[in-house]
This record gives sequence, C-alpha cells and structure tokens, in this order.
Amino acid sequence: MTILITTLVIAVIGLVVGAGLVYTGKKFEVKVDERESAVREVLPGNNCGACGFAGCDAMAAAIVNGDAPVGGCPVGGAPVAKQIASIMGVDAEAVERKVAFVRCAGSCEVTHNQGNYIGVMDCRSAVLSGLNVTDCAFGCLGFGSCATVCPQDAIQVKDGVAFVNRKKCVGCGLCVKACPKGLIELVPESKRVSVRCSNHDRGPLVKKVCAVGCIGCGVCTRQCEHDAIHVEAGLAQVTYENCVQCGKCALKCPMKAITLPPAEYMQREAV
Amino acid sequence: MNHNLLLIIISSAIINNVVLNQFLGICSFLGVSKQMKASASLGVAVIFVITIASGVASLLYDYVLAPLGLDFMKTIVFILVIAALVQIVEMFLKKKSPAIYKALGIYLPLITTNCAVLGVALTNVQDGYNFIESVLSGFGTAVGYTLAIVLLASIRSRIREEDLPAPLRGAPIVLISAALMSIAFMGFGGLSF
Repeated sequence: MTILITTLVIAVIGLVVGAGLVYTGKKFEVKVDERESAVREVLPGNNCGACGFAGCDAMAAAIVNGDAPVGGCPVGGAPVAKQIASIMGVDAEAVERKVAFVRCAGSCEVTHNQGNYIGVMDCRSAVLSGLNVTDCAFGCLGFGSCATVCPQDAIQVKDGVAFVNRKKCVGCGLCVKACPKGLIELVPESKRVSVRCSNHDRGPLVKKVCAVGCIGCGVCTRQCEHDAIHVEAGLAQVTYENCVQCGKCALKCPMKAITLPPAEYMQREAV
Repeated sequence: MNHNLLLIIISSAIINNVVLNQFLGICSFLGVSKQMKASASLGVAVIFVITIASGVASLLYDYVLAPLGLDFMKTIVFILVIAALVQIVEMFLKKKSPAIYKALGIYLPLITTNCAVLGVALTNVQDGYNFIESVLSGFGTAVGYTLAIVLLASIRSRIREEDLPAPLRGAPIVLISAALMSIAFMGFGGLSF
C-alpha cells in the first residue's frame, strides 16, 4: 500500500512539475532572431574578443543589429565572412586573415648582450624594472609573455626571440597587446615580405648591438618597383597593400633584415 | 520570536556556513571563484534560488509529504521540484526581466544541481523549521555561501599575482586557502547569544 501511494504521489508531483514546465515554456517563450543563432553557429567560438565585442555571442548580436561588419571576425577571416554575408543577405567585402608577426630577429647568436636584468622571467616585469635584458633597446626580450597569452599555442620562443606559427595563429591580437616592446603586429597572411626589426636607431648604433637589424640605409626602397617599402625614422616599413612579394628588397638588404617568401629563400641561398 | 529568526539567519550564514563548515557546494565554490565578478553573480543567483527553493520545499514537505507519511521520499521529491523550479524561474526571468537574466547569466541552470540547494532544504526539514523559518534559513545559508565565495575569489585574485613554488600553483594553493578560511570560520562556533 505504501509503495502504491508513494508511486502515485511522485507521479502526480512529476506530472504537475512537467506540466508547469511546458506551460511556462510556452507562456514565456522569448523570440530570438533566427539570423543571430545562425551567425553564432558560423563564428569560430573562440570567444577571444579580437573583434572588439565580448565574445562570439555578443559579436553575432552586433552583426545582426548592424553594429558590426559581416567580416568583423579576424579569426574566421574570409570564409566566415562569406557565410555570414549569405546569412545576412549582403555581399562580403574581401577580408584577408591576419596573422601575428614579430618584428625582431635578434636571437642570442646575432646580438651582443650584456643584460643586467635579474628577476621574474616575464617581459612586462623586465621592462618595468628598467634594467637591460638585451643591448638593443627595441628588441625581443625572449621571456615569452606573448607565448603565455596565446590561446592557440602559436608562439614559441626560440633562441631568445619569439616566433609565430602562421598556421596556428588565428590573428586574435592578444600577443600584440601583451608585448611591452610593441614588437608584434598583425599582417595579412599572404604577405611574407616583412621587416624583421623594430630598431629606430641610426645605422652604426644598430650594428653595434645586432647583426641582423635594420640600419635604415634605404637600399630596399631603391630596389622596390612598387613603392611598397620606405624608411621611416630609421626603420624600413613595408606597405602591404602595394607589396607584390617580389623579394628584391630582401635580396639586396645588407643586413638581411627582411623576410622572404619561402620560394625566395632558395634564391638567397644561391646568391 | 524575532530574536529567534535573527539567530537562524546568523547561524546559517556564519556559524554553520554552508561551504566552510558543512562542506556543501564545494564544486562551484572552487570552480567559479577564479573571477570576482563571476563569483558575485553566482552568489546573487544562489541567494535567489536557495531562498525560493527552501520555501517551496518546506511547503511541499509540510502539506504533502508529512501528512501522507512519505518522509523517506523527501530527497527525491526535493531534487525533482528544485530542478523544475529553477528552470521555471529562469524562463520567467528571461521573459519578464532580461536585465536580471543577463546578470545571473549561465549561473541559474548551474545551480540546479548544486548540492547546497538540496542540502538546505533537507536540513530545514531535519531541524523542524516552519515555512518562515525555512525561507530565512535558506536566505542566510545563501548569504553565507556568497560571503565565502566572494572572499575566496578575492584571495585568489591576490594569489595570482604571487610567485608561488611550482607544486603549489593552481588547485593546491586554492585548496589550502579554502582550508584556512574554513578553520577561520570554525572560530564562529564559539559565538553565543
């Protein structure tokens, strides 16, 4: 008898609760814009915040409300932009994926270091201490604050310089913010010709501290037929919109401070 | 009478703190306390849910389970009712008060399975509290939970800045901090009125 009553009571409670749930579910249904969930599906879901919104959910809502461009996700790049554009019914403007690039090549072998920094192995602490890690005042410290913040594990410190794995990099830009030296920038993925130096000093001073630093000689500018590389404040800068990646600047650079597309590397070995 | 009610709140919030003395709801206590903001949101959500749940559970026990002699089924019934209740409250808030819903965010459904909620409901029955006493005891317990998690979150925010020995980093130092907090809260056991 007890078993019967128990079963009955639990069943009745279960029914009442279930009915209550169904009723509230129907009564308090909130309509979500279909496009919003569709856009959210397409977004990568890293919640990295590189778009400037608080995660992918907020980004999806902003796109649907028209507060963000359809190609606003730097991680997803062109494929995601295209999909979102088709959901939103607009044309996607071509957006190229960007990857992080460390503008320093000063590994332990090519630099002259007499650093006196002793302390926490962290770039920000090192900069705050005011002591020297590298003789070059602009160069990579090699403690890897960028590697620590990278959500994709795409940055590695080798031989005192941070390297970005371009395949793993999603272009979220967290490392750009983390680097106290401001060495990291986001460059279009297809552009492989970049100046791997951030030293604005005059030539002799650069040569004193590093064997691969930009001395601002301007040879690259004279080589370039596309007006894509200029020396500004003692440092060569590539204008990525104009660059056709011929690699002529890199081949002539006396300091070998300019990177080359992989095919051109072979050529340089030959030269 | 009033003196007694005040005593229930203080006793459930501080002296018998749900996390630090009864060791209920440890999972969210350790899991969510990484960030101060998240901890505070969870705390508010817990206050909200436990207060309602202990009231409903008390009514259910007094008017359904006890008269029918189904005392032994209280655990299952409470689980059922609390889970559904939280869902209903969530849906209600989503429609009627998006601001609160946004503030509580993901924490509402998370609390459905929090053992502290069930623990309070069962303790209330065990102590023979009536409806008002149950609601107050639930509220006090939840305030105690919020207090504990916010304190731990602030301790953790300071720990993060420290250069700890490698074996202590992460979970170990959090468990040690929580244990020290627990010992500190045991000191309230000597309070008398």
